[in-house]
Amino acid sequence: MAVGSSTDLGATQGADLTPPPPGQRAGRGRLRLPRSPKVLIGLAGLAAFIVLAVIGPWIAPYNPSRTFSTTLSFPQAPSAAHLLGTTQQQQDVLSQLLAGGRSTVLVAFVAGLAATVLSVVIGVTAGYAAGLADDLLSMLANFFLVMPALPLLIVIFGFLPQSQGGDDLLIGAIIAITGWAFGARVLRAQTLSLRNRDYVQSARIIGERGWRIIGFEILPNLIPILASSFLFTVLYGVGTYTALAFLGLVNPNHLSWGGMLFYAQVAGAEQSGYWWLFIPPGLAVALLGTSLALLNFGIDEFINPRLRAAGLSRRQARRVQRDQASQTGQADRAGQAGQTGAASLPRRFVLGLTPVIHSTPLTAVNGAGNAKFPERPGTDTGPAPDGRPDGAGRWRGRRRP
Amino acid sequence: MSVPAGHPLLEVRGLCVDYGAGPDAVHAVIGADLALHSGEVLGLAGESGSGKSTLAYAVTRLLRAPGMITGGSVGYYPGPGTAVDLLAAEEGTLRVLRWSQISVVMQSAMNALNPVLSIGAQLTDVLHAHRPGMSKAARRARAAGLLAMVGITEDRLGSHPHELSGGMRQRVMIAMALALEPQVVIMDEPTTALDVVTQREILQELMELRERLGFAVLFITHDLSLLIEIADAIAVMYAGRLVERAAAKALFRAPRHPYTLGLLSSFPALHGPRQHLTGIPGSPPDLRRLPSGCVFHPRCSYVMDRCRTDVPALVPLAGQGNSEAGTARAAACWLQDGSSPPPPELAAPAPGLAGTAASEPVGSWQAGGTT
Amino acid sequence: MTALHEAAPTPSTSTPLLEARDLTKHFVVHGARRGRAALPRMARASRASRASQGGPPGRPADDGQVVHAVENVSLALDEARVTAVVGESGSGKSTLARLLCRLIKPTAGQLLLDGGPVPRSGRGRREYARRVQMVLQDPFSSLNPVHEVRYHLARPLQLHGLDEPGLSLDDAIAKLLERVALAPADQFLRKYPHELSGGQRQRVAIARALAVRPRVLLADEPVSMLDVSIRLGILNLLGDLRDRERLAILYITHDIASARYLADTIVVMYAGQVVESGPARTVTDQPSHPYTQLLLSAAPDPDRASPPALDGRGGPPSLVRPPSGCRFHPRCPHAMAVCATATPPAFEASAGHLSACWLQASDLTAAQASPLHPRTATTSPADTSSNDEPGGGDDVSPDTR
Repeated sequence: MAVGSSTDLGATQGADLTPPPPGQRAGRGRLRLPRSPKVLIGLAGLAAFIVLAVIGPWIAPYNPSRTFSTTLSFPQAPSAAHLLGTTQQQQDVLSQLLAGGRSTVLVAFVAGLAATVLSVVIGVTAGYAAGLADDLLSMLANFFLVMPALPLLIVIFGFLPQSQGGDDLLIGAIIAITGWAFGARVLRAQTLSLRNRDYVQSARIIGERGWRIIGFEILPNLIPILASSFLFTVLYGVGTYTALAFLGLVNPNHLSWGGMLFYAQVAGAEQSGYWWLFIPPGLAVALLGTSLALLNFGIDEFINPRLRAAGLSRRQARRVQRDQASQTGQADRAGQAGQTGAASLPRRFVLGLTPVIHSTPLTAVNGAGNAKFPERPGTDTGPAPDGRPDGAGRWRGRRRP
Repeated sequence: MSVPAGHPLLEVRGLCVDYGAGPDAVHAVIGADLALHSGEVLGLAGESGSGKSTLAYAVTRLLRAPGMITGGSVGYYPGPGTAVDLLAAEEGTLRVLRWSQISVVMQSAMNALNPVLSIGAQLTDVLHAHRPGMSKAARRARAAGLLAMVGITEDRLGSHPHELSGGMRQRVMIAMALALEPQVVIMDEPTTALDVVTQREILQELMELRERLGFAVLFITHDLSLLIEIADAIAVMYAGRLVERAAAKALFRAPRHPYTLGLLSSFPALHGPRQHLTGIPGSPPDLRRLPSGCVFHPRCSYVMDRCRTDVPALVPLAGQGNSEAGTARAAACWLQDGSSPPPPELAAPAPGLAGTAASEPVGSWQAGGTT
Repeated sequence: MTALHEAAPTPSTSTPLLEARDLTKHFVVHGARRGRAALPRMARASRASRASQGGPPGRPADDGQVVHAVENVSLALDEARVTAVVGESGSGKSTLARLLCRLIKPTAGQLLLDGGPVPRSGRGRREYARRVQMVLQDPFSSLNPVHEVRYHLARPLQLHGLDEPGLSLDDAIAKLLERVALAPADQFLRKYPHELSGGQRQRVAIARALAVRPRVLLADEPVSMLDVSIRLGILNLLGDLRDRERLAILYITHDIASARYLADTIVVMYAGQVVESGPARTVTDQPSHPYTQLLLSAAPDPDRASPPALDGRGGPPSLVRPPSGCRFHPRCPHAMAVCATATPPAFEASAGHLSACWLQASDLTAAQASPLHPRTATTSPADTSSNDEPGGGDDVSPDTR
């Protein structure tokens, strides 16, 4: 009855001390994420941004590239007509914000998807194949890992013709080139571990072929890590795309939050105090990133049960105590004489100490009651108890240096 | 191994331990009644989910949340006139108590050693924490003495855990547990991960140490056949409840609970004629969905109607079967309530005191196994 | 109750279904990949073996050296017989199982299936998988947690074809479940492994092995991780399979009592070599090798009147630098001069009962027979064995193979 620490879906072992895990996963198709606030907020945020990406351009009050005035040359502060003010070119900021979301989200997800596919192909193959193939693929992944991403992207985008600089899919794919290596290493490590699992050995004994083992035995167990890796890469895509657009490497006519930040910098927004130019897009990027990160934490907890709040929350414990006290309150009052009633008082929850919700106080032994235990164990607490033969060790109070 | 009966050192009455709170709570231990007497080896036997480890850790308040104690009392009586309510004790008291009075050797304890510290450092650490008055030289000497006590030469003081074999690491853990000469040592499956020969060596050394130092041992394991050899008294747990308690030989020759009977017949004999054994049908229950009435009734071959509805209490049984130390014989079974004579397999005459020849062994697993 | 079926004590004259002759397996210690290997063949074998299973870890000083996991083991598995291999961890019994089911390649020696050499081609390996199957130790990890029971049982049937052409896949699976006493079958088909108990999982694992209708079933510690009360059910099932379906079963265990219960023949292994073999009852009632005697005296036996005297303290030897001659001689209380120099051959202690021990030899000179360890009054302390193997020696954890 050994205790294992497995990251497989649903594998639990029956050691005495492990309480049955709540909300156990029930296999493919029935993944149930824990209902922690992190996950819910993250999920809600991400869903909101995806919806925004889809319907953004439609609900924008104005055409984002429409200029409202040819005479004004300063960005206009927010007003009734323009809820978030205008840019220096007199374009409505709110419309740009809503419409720019689509590009950002799309590029990020394309990058995430492409990078994940690449990392699966390279990482899992390296992990399963071992030997020379593993060495070569690992070298490839390491190469891409140490290469500085942003300079490389700057160079690549510098060579892209301007017309292509606005193609979301292409941008996503290029960003993916720099983002797959980390996931590949993680997947390789996990595959190496899974390769020696008994069920993979059993599949080989049955006579399954290699590719089938990878696809049907190993990959399904990698799904939580894949999901986490995907979200991580999407987050990376958001940040990288915004950075690239901010640097002006992406076609400026192609609307995105990074592009808005680019124009905000051109207009000297920070020095001049035109906060509506950079705070809305910056906040949007930050919120999208936060949603992804929160969701990622949630999945991490899902993968590693030990990260789940295994402790008893104070509220829960107090509630149970109250229930117990009210239930046994009658019994206590009608109960034996001499009970101090200390049992049902709330106890301080000390870290590392088993909480005691309810206990029966000791009945007095030899009339001594609840004697305070001596602080210094070296002091002699009296003669040895009766019945113990001398040879068996009257050590207490004697052998001290 | 016969030690004159000491007074009860550790008394557990009606202990209830749950995991989680509210309606989803899992009742890991329900109403456990145990007494460990000084100088006694009390074995706690059970399978997975029986609650034996939970009980041991709850007694020393080492159980981690979401485990919590929801009832009962635990009293520690180190001497006449002193009593400590372990459930009401403050953190300071418990810290003093733990290790100097009650020490615990945990499951796979050999992996509990810090891999970056030498074992000498870890031993002196224990002494430093609990005996502030000791000088450094004295601590080192004591650590060397402790290692010698478990059969490891002094030159290993500077070794790191990974340089020692599994058996030696377990010996170091036992030495650490005995460093402050506690009165009670709780051992949770201390030898399960070791080879049979190493296990036997360590247990023999442990019993020798017990004779010398006189501590009491609470030995938790699933290996009932081992317990019968080394324990004075045995308590059997099933699904969180104590189902039987008796002196070791009495439990072996004359079990009173059908679960004990089934468990005994799950261990094939090493000698003698080969018989067909069947063990116990079914499997241990899910603690979240315990059967009604007696928790063992779905697997019991003597089940009666009453067993399905009423929970039998652990009642003391008259007659022989008490251990010398004083553990009273008890069983939680409706067959033993006296209304009708129990089946012969569960009513075998208990053997005499240890050392005297027992009557013809009538343990049913020799006579033909359970059906 | 009826006594167990007793197989004939004389070795059967028919060809054994599976035979191993002088099987040897050496693992190269990790970190020695580009280091020297003793023979080119060993390096090739070790690379391939590392592709499938790494060898046990060794000390840094052992780099470039070789772990002699299995040395010159000969074994024959006959029809309708259970052969038990008993040994502690580090004895090589699990490595032997993996060699027999061809998960790893032997360094030397040969395997004979039905008297003929085993085919090396891909198609030949599948044929072999059809005839020889294995059940692994850990029921919690030998079934892939993402697949239902139905998938686990359908795969081998799909890979190797159904035996009875008229039967549908579902019917074949139902019959399999009935063979291992998991009834009613449809109750179990849609369950995931974590919804089954340990014993039920092990039965599913056995059913999966039986799906291809093998002639030989290898069981690597099938009950060690199960609860005590359900072990007998599985052992009885294996006995049933031997009687009803006339399978040749190899039962690997460290528990000699269960080996005695189930097996017809017991083979005792120590430090990678076979030290004793013979009919089960003979080996347990009249053990002739000192190691077997040590095992029997150390095993728990409630019937024992007094505590056993252990002859032969210390731990198993290092497999990187195994002792010369008989590998047990450093611990053997009866060791003689010849034991340290020459490996003992298998002597016949009685009919069918072989023991690899120089004590059985009848023609030793006085010099050869002089005792190595003069008996002293006190037993030697635990750590005088100079061959203490750190980390891997004593543990029976499933990680050490």
